[in-house]
Amino acid sequence: MSNGMLSRRAVLGHLGALGCSTAAFPAMTQMTFASVPTDNRLVVIILRGGMDGLDVVRPLGDPNFSTLRPDLDASVHDLDGFFALHDGLAPLLPLWDAGELAFAHAVSTPYRDKRSHFDGQDMLEAGTGTAEPDTALRDGWLNRLLETIPHAHSQTAFAIGRENLRILSGDAPVANWYPGTRLRLGSAAQDLLADLYAADPLFRDAAAESLHLSDVTGPDDTARGVRPEVAMAKFAADRLRQDTRIASFSLSGWDTHRNQSRMMPRVLGRLAETIQTLKEQLGPDWARTTVLGITEFGRTVRTNGSGGTDHGTGGTMILAGGAVRGGKVYTDWPGLSEDALYERRDLMPTTDTRAYAGSAIRGLFGTDRADLEHLVFPGSDLSTAPSVIL
Amino acid sequence: MTTEYVLGVRFGYGHGPHTVPQSADTMIRSARAPDAIATRYPVVPFREAMKLERMRHAAQLAANKGDETAMARVSDLRKQLRAAPIKSMRAAFARILDAKSPLRERLTWFWADHFTVAGRNIAQRAGSAGYVDEAIRPHVTGRFADMLKAVSQHPAMLAYLDQHVSIGPDSAVGQRRNRGLNENYARELLELHTLGVDGAYTQQDVRAAAELLTGLTLTKSRDFAFRSAIAQPGPETVLGTTYGTDAAAQLSDIEGFLDDLARDPQTIDHLATKLAVHFVSDDPPAELTRDIAATWRDTDGDLAAVTSTLVNHKLAQRHQPDKVKTPITFMASVMLALGLRGADIAALRLRDVSRRFGAPLQTMGQPFLGAPGPDGWSEDPADWITPQGLAARIGWATWAVKTWGQDIADPRAFLARTLPTADGGALRFAVGGAETRADALTLVLASPEFNRS
Repeated sequence: MSNGMLSRRAVLGHLGALGCSTAAFPAMTQMTFASVPTDNRLVVIILRGGMDGLDVVRPLGDPNFSTLRPDLDASVHDLDGFFALHDGLAPLLPLWDAGELAFAHAVSTPYRDKRSHFDGQDMLEAGTGTAEPDTALRDGWLNRLLETIPHAHSQTAFAIGRENLRILSGDAPVANWYPGTRLRLGSAAQDLLADLYAADPLFRDAAAESLHLSDVTGPDDTARGVRPEVAMAKFAADRLRQDTRIASFSLSGWDTHRNQSRMMPRVLGRLAETIQTLKEQLGPDWARTTVLGITEFGRTVRTNGSGGTDHGTGGTMILAGGAVRGGKVYTDWPGLSEDALYERRDLMPTTDTRAYAGSAIRGLFGTDRADLEHLVFPGSDLSTAPSVIL
Repeated sequence: MTTEYVLGVRFGYGHGPHTVPQSADTMIRSARAPDAIATRYPVVPFREAMKLERMRHAAQLAANKGDETAMARVSDLRKQLRAAPIKSMRAAFARILDAKSPLRERLTWFWADHFTVAGRNIAQRAGSAGYVDEAIRPHVTGRFADMLKAVSQHPAMLAYLDQHVSIGPDSAVGQRRNRGLNENYARELLELHTLGVDGAYTQQDVRAAAELLTGLTLTKSRDFAFRSAIAQPGPETVLGTTYGTDAAAQLSDIEGFLDDLARDPQTIDHLATKLAVHFVSDDPPAELTRDIAATWRDTDGDLAAVTSTLVNHKLAQRHQPDKVKTPITFMASVMLALGLRGADIAALRLRDVSRRFGAPLQTMGQPFLGAPGPDGWSEDPADWITPQGLAARIGWATWAVKTWGQDIADPRAFLARTLPTADGGALRFAVGGAETRADALTLVLASPEFNRS
């Protein structure tokens, strides 16, 4: 019955390195964690709604592509002579040129056929290997990954946002914060609150950590019109520059059933700004960072009657960061002829999203392959994905 | 008097200028009285949500075929579907504020959590509050077996746990279409709803239960139906008892199974413990759970009697605030403490309800009717009093005081009225030392004494 939030174990174990505003909470003094044996960072952005990979990374070299979606306009930028990038991600072209951006195409989780957002996202975050949700498993794959990281502690992974992120929920303690949250009290009220909490460790420690996070989050950008995902990216970068090695948050708006030509540039713009924010804010640590953008499924290869696309199967995964072996579209391209499609309607998935994620994790953290294939992503086969980390 | 104040926090939503402390017997009596408040502040019925969804779907099909006007209908219906849970949330808070029986509200949320349905899409979310009103609320002082059966025949649960797509492999439909079982509901029925995760059942039992439950399904318009054409033929043996015959499958076979589950000693122990954990302590005294279980056995699961044993128990009447209020209970108790009435909430615009209640609930970790899984919300105080959860509580209390607390002249009187049972040394000091009245009120609402129960 975990709701994925920071647990007491986590808080009690964490007498963090706290800023000035916590002077009223003297119990919280300096403490250092045993370090996690890695300098590498992983950010997982869950792209909720089903990103249309065929629109984002267009297979212009496939002879069937041009006839399938005549009404999806956008200017594009050639990537490798076969694939071209939607103009909405043009701000990321410098990353592509620097070899810090890659895509994995025609990928999907093992989820098949029902094409439900809820089940699809559940499976994407659970990391299970069955075609339908495995209801016996209630935790998320990033949480199981924590079990394999020696000395992982309460700050090793951060779930960012208002939602209870399934991908990070489970037995291992994780931290959780939404950067629009603030604990702000006048200094007199804060002192009085410290007195009120002095005898109750649960409240005392949560408040101290909360004041600390309020401090490090800085001014509330979300109140000044900064998009939540950009605020979350900023906050993630700040934590990743400290003790945190894994962060996750989500970006929704991909469910483009209609007016896709109008919706797609907007949501891609948000994603580009999010990734750029991570790069800027991570500074030198960007070189050791991998950002994975994953979605619950791709969309139909043909457009529907309202200028959009419906829920499909095979899709695209985004990999960005200085640690990524980039400048490449990874794919075992299935083709778009009628008989090459999944159920004659969707892009045929040829590789498991989890194999790419597993390959990235192995490259970043040196995780044991058996742990990845059995514990983190049960039933996955890492050999089906190339090595994507430098 | 002290006992009544303790009970008011433990089994209600605390104290305010309009609340009347109730004795244990009064609590039980008022929880059994006719449920007038549900009628005064109705939630969106499940069927109405499904009707909106059907209309939306039809409009979408028309739009896909090129009907130019249909798109406007689609967005209007989507808007209505999105508004439904917010309307229901507004009604839920209004009910609590005007409740003659706060206990009934607490019991409703307890059992709604026990039988969690968390909508997977906007239509199901629109209907979730209706499910609680239809399958749970009428039975909170009735028989557990009746609640269990009502839940098993409510389309919201059947859809949530995939029962409607579970088809007996040897049934007429299963043979014709080569379809089979989905064990989801059968498993949760045993693991979560009745015997408990430590119950003595095997995968074989889950499988047999899944076969027995086939036939429970939905019509096209998302009403409940029992269809023997999809039911696995022949008798099934679950937990050593055989249900059904070689004749056509019947709903009464399933009901017989649910009756047996409801009185299984493992179910009784599981639920006696769960009640004690939810209302009294994460580590409840054995005597308390034993006595609750005894009443359950003696009355064959009469929940009024079971609840009466709990509320009247000396171990539940001690002032020992081990628990932390859930975010919904916290927000409702802040509003009660500040003297709000149901009408104040019912008058709010939906966008304000969404912004001022929906979003903060989410930040506090408890989106309205949006539990992370069928096992419901956590009972562990540490899952609620997190850095983010606590900051959100204090932030919301600050806003609530600014919005509704301007007329409260004397914070010391507010403290005495709101937390009459608190030891209060530190609290009295804080209230006396605060720079402003608003700070003083906020400190009371942020205190561990107010947030615990």
